[in-house]
Amino acid sequence: MNLNQLTIKEIQDGLQSGEFSSEEVTTACLNQIKTKDETINAYVTVTEKEALETAKKSDQKKAEGALSGIPFSIKDNFCTTGIRTTASSQVLDDFVPPYDATVVSKLKDAGIVILGKTNMDAWAHGSSTETSDYGTTKNPWDTNRLPGGSSGGAAASVAAHECIAAIGSETAGSIRQPASWCGVVGLKPTYGRVSRYGVIAMGSSLDCPGPITKTVADSALILNVLAGKDAKDATSSPHAVEDYTAHLNENIAGLTIGIADDYFEGVDKAVTEKVMDALKVYEKLGAKVKKIKLFEPKYSIAVYTIIQRSEVSSNLARYDGIRYGNDRSFFGDEAKRRIMLGTFTLSAGYYDAYYKKAQQVRTIIIEDFTNAFKDVDVIMAPTSPSTALPVGSSKNHPMFGEMADVLVEPSSIAGLPGINIPVGFTSENLPVGLQIITPFFQESKLLNVAYKYELETEWHKRKIEL
Amino acid sequence: MKYTPVIGLEVHVELKTQSKMFCSCSADYFGKEPNSHTCPVCLGLPGALPVPNQTAIEWCVKIGLALNCNIPLFAKFDRKNYFYPDLAKGYQISQYDDPFAVNGYIELASGKRIGIRRVHMEEDTGKLTHQDNASLVDFNRSGVPLVEIVTEPDFDNAKDVKEYLQKLQQIVRYLDVSNADMEKGDMRLEPNISLKVCHPERSEGSSHGSERDSSATPQNDTLPPYKVEVKNINSFRFVEKAIAYEVKRQAEILDEGKTPAQETRGWNETKQATFSQRAKEEANDYRYFPEPDIPPIRWDKKQIETFRSQMPEMPAAKLKRFMDEYSLSAYDAEILTREVTTAGYFEEAVKTGSVILVSEAHPESPKKKTYLPAGRDAGQASMTKKKVAKQLANWIINKKTDITSVSPEALVKQIAAATQTVAIDEDKLQAIIDDVLANNQKAVEDYKSGKETVIMYLVGQVIRQAKAKIDAQMVKEKIIDTVQQ
Repeated sequence: MNLNQLTIKEIQDGLQSGEFSSEEVTTACLNQIKTKDETINAYVTVTEKEALETAKKSDQKKAEGALSGIPFSIKDNFCTTGIRTTASSQVLDDFVPPYDATVVSKLKDAGIVILGKTNMDAWAHGSSTETSDYGTTKNPWDTNRLPGGSSGGAAASVAAHECIAAIGSETAGSIRQPASWCGVVGLKPTYGRVSRYGVIAMGSSLDCPGPITKTVADSALILNVLAGKDAKDATSSPHAVEDYTAHLNENIAGLTIGIADDYFEGVDKAVTEKVMDALKVYEKLGAKVKKIKLFEPKYSIAVYTIIQRSEVSSNLARYDGIRYGNDRSFFGDEAKRRIMLGTFTLSAGYYDAYYKKAQQVRTIIIEDFTNAFKDVDVIMAPTSPSTALPVGSSKNHPMFGEMADVLVEPSSIAGLPGINIPVGFTSENLPVGLQIITPFFQESKLLNVAYKYELETEWHKRKIEL
Repeated sequence: MKYTPVIGLEVHVELKTQSKMFCSCSADYFGKEPNSHTCPVCLGLPGALPVPNQTAIEWCVKIGLALNCNIPLFAKFDRKNYFYPDLAKGYQISQYDDPFAVNGYIELASGKRIGIRRVHMEEDTGKLTHQDNASLVDFNRSGVPLVEIVTEPDFDNAKDVKEYLQKLQQIVRYLDVSNADMEKGDMRLEPNISLKVCHPERSEGSSHGSERDSSATPQNDTLPPYKVEVKNINSFRFVEKAIAYEVKRQAEILDEGKTPAQETRGWNETKQATFSQRAKEEANDYRYFPEPDIPPIRWDKKQIETFRSQMPEMPAAKLKRFMDEYSLSAYDAEILTREVTTAGYFEEAVKTGSVILVSEAHPESPKKKTYLPAGRDAGQASMTKKKVAKQLANWIINKKTDITSVSPEALVKQIAAATQTVAIDEDKLQAIIDDVLANNQKAVEDYKSGKETVIMYLVGQVIRQAKAKIDAQMVKEKIIDTVQQ
């Protein structure tokens, strides 16, 4: 048995019964990293020594926390005390944070083992990991292809079994799109459901930490640890936290699924086919599929681009060369482009035409979803218009990310929760992802609907030949 | 004078909250080891987020209320983006178009009202020091709450500016939200000054009545086409001097037919002059946008009313009450209400004095009479209080009582002791009176013919001859008795 291929649930059972130890699981993951990550490049930093120490301690203590002894990878934009945190940018090449992100401290309290920090697009600017200053991450299903991004390292680390679960972050698509391309589960919670404190800011009004896992149930377990109001994040929500594992298996007969034609426009035929197959599975489970009209996703690109670039230009101002060693010349082309565009859209005389207008349209998009949810319980669509694209695809395409994320940007802008689940493979053995969206704070419903599909299918069990 | 100064004022007041504006670090940074009061938030470390200090926000609203402002029910924070080495995040969290308070005023003694355009909340920056070819940054001050109070350009002279500043300082101290200590930089002053040309003939013209030809003398209705801002002055006196200097400097430029440059200047106390710091203020683009890390603040009217109900009595109201309730002169009342501690001390002393002194001054025991024998009956209680008040005001103001070391009760006792009259043998007193009357026949005649004021001269003579601090009222009564026998 390959311990690193197990799910959180399976490891918890094994640890409980004494079948194996956290140290053994951790060692299995570290071995996988050692043998495979030279090719995959999912990690920027591996903390082998600390991981083994934590695992040993965890074995001695015997499972106290909700995730005791489970080896995780953490995206490199989460601050980790004493562990270098670069956001995959050389500007922060030797930045070692003196504090933990709230997500990290919650996971530590829950007993996880940190294997290391995963690669990403620098500053989370992109959907390919090709903008990383530490090399491109390769898609474990086909190493000539991209894993997606920006949480590409996180998704690849899960798909390649270089960890048991991963923590990623999404601004618009950065969890769901790489999860889709890597054939794993990616959960983006409602904006404010999970604290942003200690996550190196990209688009502050959009950033959202979340889990990337092998199964839906694992995501629910992690969300149980992460969700909740954080006194250190004023935008975190006081909305009541649920036990997200409690309703996983609830019957979904009678569920109304909304699908919008605009979300299938320009989508690869193979992707559409698999998504349609998935809808049939849901119908078999008693759900009804209903056509709805949603605001065209392309408008979201414009809104997202302006808001996110504006916030980026301000968020990156602190890296002024005075305190973080490397100055602004170390910013890559993509960060420079975003800083320039954001600076422009916030400039006197342009603010009203761009930023303010974008915020107004954002309100319309939120209303659009609110109206749609009057008729349907969930909305489903392809997560990405395509499967994983070849390495090099993002080069010379400054809007590559926006195009790859076109179908997840509207819900991100609205702040809605969403999840990607694998729903099949193309003839080239590339995974296809389905996204599910629910109204605000209905993560419980979201996970329930996703879980029911997972029970009916075997896609999530397909193992990669590395 | 050919020109009228047009002066507006921006004042930064540092609040004395326990913690900083957006983190839990101590805000008490003055004189502390550099960078000892810091955390990821006020250092602007990657990923750190600001959480607004509720107390600071409430205090800002209360300053707004004290300045007669409207409190909009919607307010938000914005980012002001600019680069400076003491600015940890590359932007300052401030408020742009939705401040906590707008449209207030401070009324000067003359009755003139200085309009308050806005009162907003922001964070202080770190502090740079330069030594040995190196620049050092101390972030202890980074994130300390600041309230900025911006006036309309309503001043036309430096004297009014000073009075306004004194009143503002008094108000924030009354609210107990800032020490407003100039030397510690708790209050930083930025006057902006320009001159407009006077058109005396216009006022004559307009007295003719109906027609208001605004195009004829636009300078009188509109603001001058430039503005000179003098930054970061930390003394009321320097503000006065800087304004005087600027008025003269700008007048000379205008006399030459030129327009003074729009710029930011500093005040050099050694040279007694302003100097240019930065030109073309309008070129600065701070790229303000709503702070995405802090949700907007929405009040309901009830909350504002609660704040209002929590407001202590403000200086203007207290001054008026002191004049009404204690019959104090405006002069005395102003001095006593200048600081809230003095005012409180005074009122405490009046309360104690009205009880102790009046009960001791019971008329049935003349030999135990004290300096305040006025309270002959209960109906005179208020009169008594006023007399007690007057006496106390006199002591506190003129004798410069140290209110920090002498308790109100101790002061009352001090006064009682100092003015205590001594008892005197009745026969001995009568003998002295007889003697004085015999030696002052003329005065006695004057008194008998109706010149009553002369009696006080006789009282004085008796007291002098008695060589003791005896009760003048009692002497007066005895003299009258004797004369009328």
